[in-house]
Amino acid sequence: MNLQTEIAGVVYKNPVMTASGTFGSGMEYSEFVDLNKLGAVVTKGVANVPWPGNPTPRVAEVYGGMLNAIGLQNPGIDVFMERDIPFLKQYDTGIIVNVCGKSVEDYVEVVERLGEEPAVSMLEINVSCPNVKEGAIAFGQKADALYNITNTLKKHAKQPIMMKLSPNVTDITEMARAAEAGGADALSLINTITGMKIDIHRRKFVLANKTGGMSGPAIKPIAVRMVYQTAQAVKLPIVGMGGIATAEDAIEFILAGASAVSVGAMNFINPYCTEEILKGIEDYMRMYRVENLKDLVGAVHE
Amino acid sequence: MKQKVVGQVISQKEIAPMIFDMWIDTTLAGEAQPGQFICVYPKDKSTLLPRPISICEVREDRKALRIVYRVAGAGTKEFSAYQAGESIAVMGPLGNGFPVKAGEAKKAFLIGGGIGVPPMLELAKQLERVGCQVQSVMGYRNQDTFLKQDLEQYGPVYVASEDGSAGTRGNVMDAIRENALEADVIFACGPLPMLRAIKTYAEEKKIPAYISLEERMACGVGACLGCVAKTKNVDVHSHVHNARICTDGPVFLAEEVEI
Ligand SMILES: Cc1cc2nc3c(=O)[nH]c(=O)nc-3n(C[C@H](O)[C@H](O)[C@H](O)COP(=O)(O)OP(=O)(O)OC[C@H]3O[C@@H](n4cnc5c(N)ncnc54)[C@H](O)[C@@H]3O)c2cc1C
Ligand SMILES: Cc1cc2nc3c(=O)[nH]c(=O)nc-3n(C[C@H](O)[C@H](O)[C@H](O)COP(=O)(O)O)c2cc1C
Ligand code: FES
Repeated sequence: MNLQTEIAGVVYKNPVMTASGTFGSGMEYSEFVDLNKLGAVVTKGVANVPWPGNPTPRVAEVYGGMLNAIGLQNPGIDVFMERDIPFLKQYDTGIIVNVCGKSVEDYVEVVERLGEEPAVSMLEINVSCPNVKEGAIAFGQKADALYNITNTLKKHAKQPIMMKLSPNVTDITEMARAAEAGGADALSLINTITGMKIDIHRRKFVLANKTGGMSGPAIKPIAVRMVYQTAQAVKLPIVGMGGIATAEDAIEFILAGASAVSVGAMNFINPYCTEEILKGIEDYMRMYRVENLKDLVGAVHE
Repeated sequence: MKQKVVGQVISQKEIAPMIFDMWIDTTLAGEAQPGQFICVYPKDKSTLLPRPISICEVREDRKALRIVYRVAGAGTKEFSAYQAGESIAVMGPLGNGFPVKAGEAKKAFLIGGGIGVPPMLELAKQLERVGCQVQSVMGYRNQDTFLKQDLEQYGPVYVASEDGSAGTRGNVMDAIRENALEADVIFACGPLPMLRAIKTYAEEKKIPAYISLEERMACGVGACLGCVAKTKNVDVHSHVHNARICTDGPVFLAEEVEI
């Protein structure tokens, strides 16, 4: 059985990855999960300088998932290169670094620094974080802005770039096409869906940021639909995510057109879930006598 | 090592209105330290996130843990209905815990407010073993002074209650003043206004105060950055003025955090 998957020319040993921001740089979850078993670790968004993030409360539970407004707290690219990358290099897993910024120049700086590190196999460009005021999502909600940033970063990047799309748009395929036209090598989706929760007893917003990004099992049908539509609209390989909790969920994304999947909030509920999902995919392939994972990608039919 | 496991409820009783006392048979007890906490996971799938609860006591054979908690919402309500024999999903031990060494051969205040009382029990037990003179000062809403008798095994317990129905009327600081108490070191857990008063008191007296903080959590293991506290200096892990309560805390030296 062959679980390998290929994204923009990079081969990952299996399709199970971690969703940016839910797994740190793997350090914390390495006590629970054998990182060697993962297709890739996708790290928390990193900027050119340290970001303090938003005030607390930053997380809230909602029916079927959670809201977060972390605000991309990160230690900056210098610390990340000195500490997080060497940590991940000890493992036999793919390293995908999620990049954030407030201006195009910020992104370019990080992308260029990461170009010095051959162990990083791909850059995931976060243009879809709903929790920071400047930059970030502004690039991900207008097709021309997305085209422009993709185009610029492509010129500076040594590694393939994967644009992470926001679901907070009217037409996901328009954004996917803009990224493709701009020269993206791959797409990942979905980031969180902007939400809100109100504490009715205190008559206050639960999150200090008022709004937060929704993730978890409840968003899965939306994510599967968007992955399917995107796969129909563009030729780029897709990493699918949004509410994946089980192997069945992951397989839905793959059948919809994802070459790999990322698991996010579910790590918080079951820290062992990535390994369990991988095992479940193997069981499914055995049950249906599928030799190559690649044969499942986009295999849904009418 | 941190683990997520399925434990078993050994016993549960309501020790004060809406305050439950549960013993859990679990391997997490093996390495548990006072001031550390566990995450408890509700079974109801509409409540997915873990509930952080302090370790109140560790059984001598290190095979069982005690938690004491208030029914605050859906998750704790579910836990309160568990009977002996019921399975319970728990992760831990989490966080840094109280530095027992800091109390060696010292005179200490153990200050608990409301649902901050429980972690003081295992701490009192451990501090007494290292020759610490334990003085517990516990603040309650009323005369339901849960865990008071347990704490008395390790030293005198001074009580404050908001309505004056037990001990000093007022808060823990009022009880310290009324009884003219002194200490060389403070260990505390409770609501923010109480911790702020303790921070100021410790600065005036020039004594160290170790305080346990609370924040909303998602991962409980330091990965999501949901649970941060503002720090005076740049934190070594985050490289900004933020430390993760679940991992770098929940216990901080009061002077190092901005509360
Ligand atoms: C380190 C730590 C130790 C704690 N120790 C104890 C203890 O020993 N005994 C005790 O009674 N309580 C303790 N708490 C508070 C306890 O976590 C909350 O009362 C509990 O999570 C409420 O869950 P619920 O489902 O009943 O309430 P809901 O309001 O339905 O919870 C909704 C969400 O908010 C979170 N939440 C609600 N209140 C709090 C809170 N005060 N702190 C953090 N998250 C909260 C829940 O975890 C859940 O994700 C502790 C909190 C922390 C951070
Ligand atoms: C706490 C938290 C932090 C996140 N941080 C980032 C981030 O830094 N960069 C990013 O591109 N996405 C971030 N995300 C979005 C996830 O990577 C993912 O797209 C989203 O949560 C949907 O997947 P899920 O439902 O499996 O969690 C974050 C999500 C959560 C819950
Ligand atoms: S709860 Fe995730 S970092 Fe503390």
